[in-house]
Amino acid sequence: MIDLGCRIGGIESINPYWLASAPPTDKKYNVERAFRAGWGGAVWKTLGEDPPVVNVTSRYGVHKSAMGGIIGINNNELISDRPLEVNLKEIEAMRREWPDRVIIGSMMAPMDEQAWKDLAIRIANTGVQGLELNLGCPHGMCERGMGSAIGQVPEFVEKTTRWVREAVDLPVFTKLTPNITDIVEVAEAAKQGGATAVSLINTVNSIIGVDLDAMAPKPMIDGKGTHGGYCGEAVKPIALHMVAEIARAEATRGLEISAIGGITTWRDAAEFIALGASGVQVCTAAMLYGFRIVEDMIDGLVHYLASHGYRSLDALRGRALPNTVDWNQLNLNYDLKARIDEASCIECGRCHIACEDTSHQAIRIEAKAEGGRRFVVVDEDCVGCNLCMMICPVPDCITMEPVDNGLPAITWPEHPKNPARKAAAE
Amino acid sequence: MGQTRQTARDEGVAASSANGGAADPFADLHPPLTATQAVVEADRCLYCYEAPCIAACPTGIDIPTFIHQIRTGNLVGSAETILEANIMGGTCARACPTEILCEQACVLNAREREPVEIGRLQRHAVDHLLAANGPHPFTRAPETGKRIAVVGAGPAGLAFAHEAARFGHSVTVYDARPKPGGLNEYGLAAYKMVNDFAQQEVRFILGIGGIELRLGMGLGKELKLADLRAEYDAVFIGVGLTEPVPLGIPGEDAPAVEDAIDFIARLRQAEPKSSLALKGDVIVIGGGNTAIDAAVQARKLGAEMVHLVYRRGPEHMGATHWEQDLARLNGVIFRHWARPVAIADRGDVAEVTFERTRLADGRLAGTGEHFTLRAAHVLKAVGQRLAPEGLEELRREGGKLWVDDRYRTSLPGVYAGGDCIARTVDLTVQAVEDGKQAARSADAFLKEKES
Ligand SMILES: Cc1cc2nc3c(=O)[nH]c(=O)nc-3n(C[C@H](O)[C@H](O)[C@H](O)COP(=O)(O)OP(=O)(O)OC[C@H]3O[C@@H](n4cnc5c(N)ncnc54)[C@H](O)[C@@H]3O)c2cc1C
Ligand SMILES: Cc1cc2nc3c(=O)[nH]c(=O)nc-3n(C[C@H](O)[C@H](O)[C@H](O)COP(=O)(O)O)c2cc1C
Ligand code: SF4
Repeated sequence: MIDLGCRIGGIESINPYWLASAPPTDKKYNVERAFRAGWGGAVWKTLGEDPPVVNVTSRYGVHKSAMGGIIGINNNELISDRPLEVNLKEIEAMRREWPDRVIIGSMMAPMDEQAWKDLAIRIANTGVQGLELNLGCPHGMCERGMGSAIGQVPEFVEKTTRWVREAVDLPVFTKLTPNITDIVEVAEAAKQGGATAVSLINTVNSIIGVDLDAMAPKPMIDGKGTHGGYCGEAVKPIALHMVAEIARAEATRGLEISAIGGITTWRDAAEFIALGASGVQVCTAAMLYGFRIVEDMIDGLVHYLASHGYRSLDALRGRALPNTVDWNQLNLNYDLKARIDEASCIECGRCHIACEDTSHQAIRIEAKAEGGRRFVVVDEDCVGCNLCMMICPVPDCITMEPVDNGLPAITWPEHPKNPARKAAAE
Repeated sequence: MGQTRQTARDEGVAASSANGGAADPFADLHPPLTATQAVVEADRCLYCYEAPCIAACPTGIDIPTFIHQIRTGNLVGSAETILEANIMGGTCARACPTEILCEQACVLNAREREPVEIGRLQRHAVDHLLAANGPHPFTRAPETGKRIAVVGAGPAGLAFAHEAARFGHSVTVYDARPKPGGLNEYGLAAYKMVNDFAQQEVRFILGIGGIELRLGMGLGKELKLADLRAEYDAVFIGVGLTEPVPLGIPGEDAPAVEDAIDFIARLRQAEPKSSLALKGDVIVIGGGNTAIDAAVQARKLGAEMVHLVYRRGPEHMGATHWEQDLARLNGVIFRHWARPVAIADRGDVAEVTFERTRLADGRLAGTGEHFTLRAAHVLKAVGQRLAPEGLEELRREGGKLWVDDRYRTSLPGVYAGGDCIARTVDLTVQAVEDGKQAARSADAFLKEKES
C-alpha cells in the first residue's frame, strides 16, 4: 500500500489534502468532522482583529451548465465572523486532540506592522504548524485595505510576509490572489519576504449572473448585488497555469506551492502535484459534496500511483514540468488529422457545421448509396485543431490521429517563415 | 409512457428476443458497458447522501461511492468498494433483480423515470478488477488456528468462507457436486452468466487463501454433521434447496416430464448450448424465476410453442414484472389460473390435463372446467425444498432450517444461511449477505470461546 504521507512547507502531513481557509474550516465542529473523514489538514477560516466582521445573508451564487451541473460558484463572504478568542481556543483544542493532523492559521490585517505581528503571535501560540497570510480575498475586505488590496501590490506582499516571518518561527504560506497580471511577480515578492510557500489561487473576481427581472447582479441582497469571488471546477485551468508558472520560473526556484483552485477529484490533485505542487487545498468540492469526497481523493490517488509505478508523491511531484514549455518550443511539423468512425456516427452533422463555419472546411458531406449521409475528413484541409472531436456527441466517434508527414521537428525560432530568423540570417 | 429513456434493460429484452437470427441466443442479456458508456451513466448518479439504494441492497454496497469512483476513473477502488460489502458483486451485477432492489430505490425514478443502471455499472467495475488479475484486494488477518467446515459451495457458503478466511480462520468447503458455485454454476440462466463467469469468480474468491475446496462430498452421504462438529471449531450449512417439489399428480413420471432445475443444470453444462436443441412444444408449470428461466431458455433452444401455466394471476407470480416481460418478448405464452391434474404418456408427447382455477374467499379453488395441452417436453418448476439428509438434528421452521438473528441454528457452533434458512428471501445477493453475516457471528463466537 502506497503511503500518501508528504511534507508541505516542511510540515508532515498524512496526505496532501488540506481544506482551504473557508466555511468548511470555520469552527471546531466542521474541522473535526473533516479529520474524521480523512483530511490531512485544514487551513482555519481567516482570522482578523476583533471586533469580528459582519456578513450579509444571500452569500453564494452559482454558475450551472445546461445539464444542471455546477461549473463554479461565487461568494461575497468576509473572513471569520466569530470572536478571535473563540477561534483560538478551538484551534488549540483541535491541535491537542488531533496531533497527526495539520492546522494552519490563516490571518489578515491592515497594512500595519504591529497589527500583523500581534495577530501572528497570538495565532502561533495555539500550536498551529504554520501560518497562511490571506492576501487574496477580492471582495469586502479589500475595500477596507486588506486581502487583495495588499496582494495586488508586490511591495506589500513582501512586507507583510517579512513581518510575520520576523514575528514567529513557523512556516509561512503567503496566499496569492489571481486578480493580477503576472503571478510570478507577486510570488517572487513573497519569496523575497521569506515565505516558505505560496498558496494559490484565492477566488477570481466575478459577477455570477444578472437577475433580468430585478435588474441586479446575483446573488441579490435586498435588491442589490456586488461582485464576488469565483471558485470551483471552473477556475482549475487558471490555477493550474499559475502554479506551473511559479514552478517553472527561475525567480521563484525553491518556493513551495500549496495548490488551490477547483480541485474536486484525485485526478485534479495529481495534476497539480505533477506541475510541482507540494500539496493541495480544497474548498468548493467539499462544500458541494461534503467531507466524504476525500475518501476517493485518497483511494484514487493511491491506485493511480501504484498503477503507474510511483512509490510516493515525491516521485510524481513536478513530473509534467519538463514537458510544460513555452509556445516557441513546440514542434510545428507535428501533424494530426481527424478520423471519423463511420460505424458509430449518428449523422448529426455537428462536426461538419463547426468546421465549415468556423474552422477549415475540412469535413465534407457525401450521400450514401444506401441512404443517409457520410462525413468525410479532407486531410489536405484538416489542420488538426481538435474542434470536431470535442463537439461530437458520440463517445470515441471522432479521434485525432498523428500522421507521419516525413518532416523533421521544427520550432518557431528555427522556422523558415519566421521573419526574425530571416533577418538574423541576412 | 411518453418519452422514456431507452435503457440497456430494454436493449437486453430486445436483444434476447431476437432469437432465430444470426445472433447467439445465449449471448449476454445485458452486454457490458464500454468505458465511455460507464462514465456517461455514472454521471447520471446524483451521489445522494445516505442513499436509498444502499438500504435497498441486501448486502449494503455503498453504491454512490462506487459510482463516483467510476466517474473519477478509479475503477479498482470502485470494485473494492463493491467487494468489501459483497464478494460476489460480479454475479450479483449480472443476476440481481435490480428492478426490485437497488434500482427500484433510485431517486431518479421520480425525476427522470429511469434509474441509474447500478447493476451494469457494478459489473463494469468488478469485471475490470477481475480482468486485471492483480493481487487479491483483501488480506487475511493473522492465522487464528481455528478451523471451520462449510457445507455447500454456493453463494452463501463461499461468502461465508471468504469472510471467515479474512478473519484468519482456516476453512474447508465441502460440496456434493463436481463443480463449486452452487446455482451460480448450475441454476442461473445461461444468458446471465456467459463465459464461465461462475468459475472465474470462485477462483477469485478463493484467491484470498486459507480456503480448501473438497468436491464430491455430500452431507448425509460421505459426511455427517456430528463428525464435522467434532472435527471443526464451527460449521456453516449453506446447502440451498436441492429437492424439487413434485406435482403430486398421476403420470408425473412420464418420459417427457423433467424437473426444470435439472433441465437448466444440463443446459448450463452443455457446450455449445445448441447441442441441446429442442423440437416441438414445451409446457412449463410454475410461476417463479425458475419457471421463467426454463421457458425463455426453451425458446432459445428452438422450442416451437412454450406454454407457461401458472395456477394464479400475473400479480401473484414470484417472477418480477421485468422477468415476465422478458419471457413475453421471447414468445412465451402465459396461461394463468390453471393447475395440472394429470399427465398422460402419448408416445412422442405428453398430454397434460389442467383444471381452471379461481380465488374463492381468498383461497385457490378449482372451477371443475378442464383443458388439455400436448407437448414434447413438460418442465416442472413449482419450487424446490430442503433435502433433509444429514440435517435431521437441526430445528426446522416452515420446512427450512431455523436460525436466530445471528444465523445460529439450534445446535451450538452450527450456523446456516442462504436458501436453506427460513429467515431470508431466496436470492443470490441475500445468500451472500447471509454468509457474510453468519461468518461475523461465528467469528464473534470463536473469539468469545477463546477469552
Ligand atoms: C433456476 C433458478 C434461477 C435463479 N435465478 C436467480 C436470479 O436470476 N437472480 C437471483 O438473485 N437469484 C436467482 N435464483 C436464486 C439463487 O440462485 C439462490 O438464492 C442462491 O443460489 C442461493 O444460494 P445458496 O448458497 O443458499 O444455495 P445454492 O446456490 O443452491 O448452493 C448450495 C450448494 O450446496 C450444495 N449442496 C446441497 N446439498 C448438499 C449436501 N447435502 N452436501 C454437500 N453439498 C450440498 C449444492 O451442490 C450447492 O453447490 C435462481 C434460482 C434458481 C433455482
Ligand atoms: C464562501 C467562501 C469563503 C471563503 N473565505 C475565505 C477566507 O476566509 N480566507 C481565504 O483565504 N480564502 C477564502 N476563500 C477562498 C478559498 O479558500 C479558496 O482559495 C478558493 O475557494 C479556491 O478553491 P476551490 O476552487 O477549491 O473552492 C473562500 C471561498 C469561499 C467559497
Ligand atoms: S445551507 Fe441553507 S440552511 Fe444552511 S445556512 Fe445556508 S441557507 Fe441556511
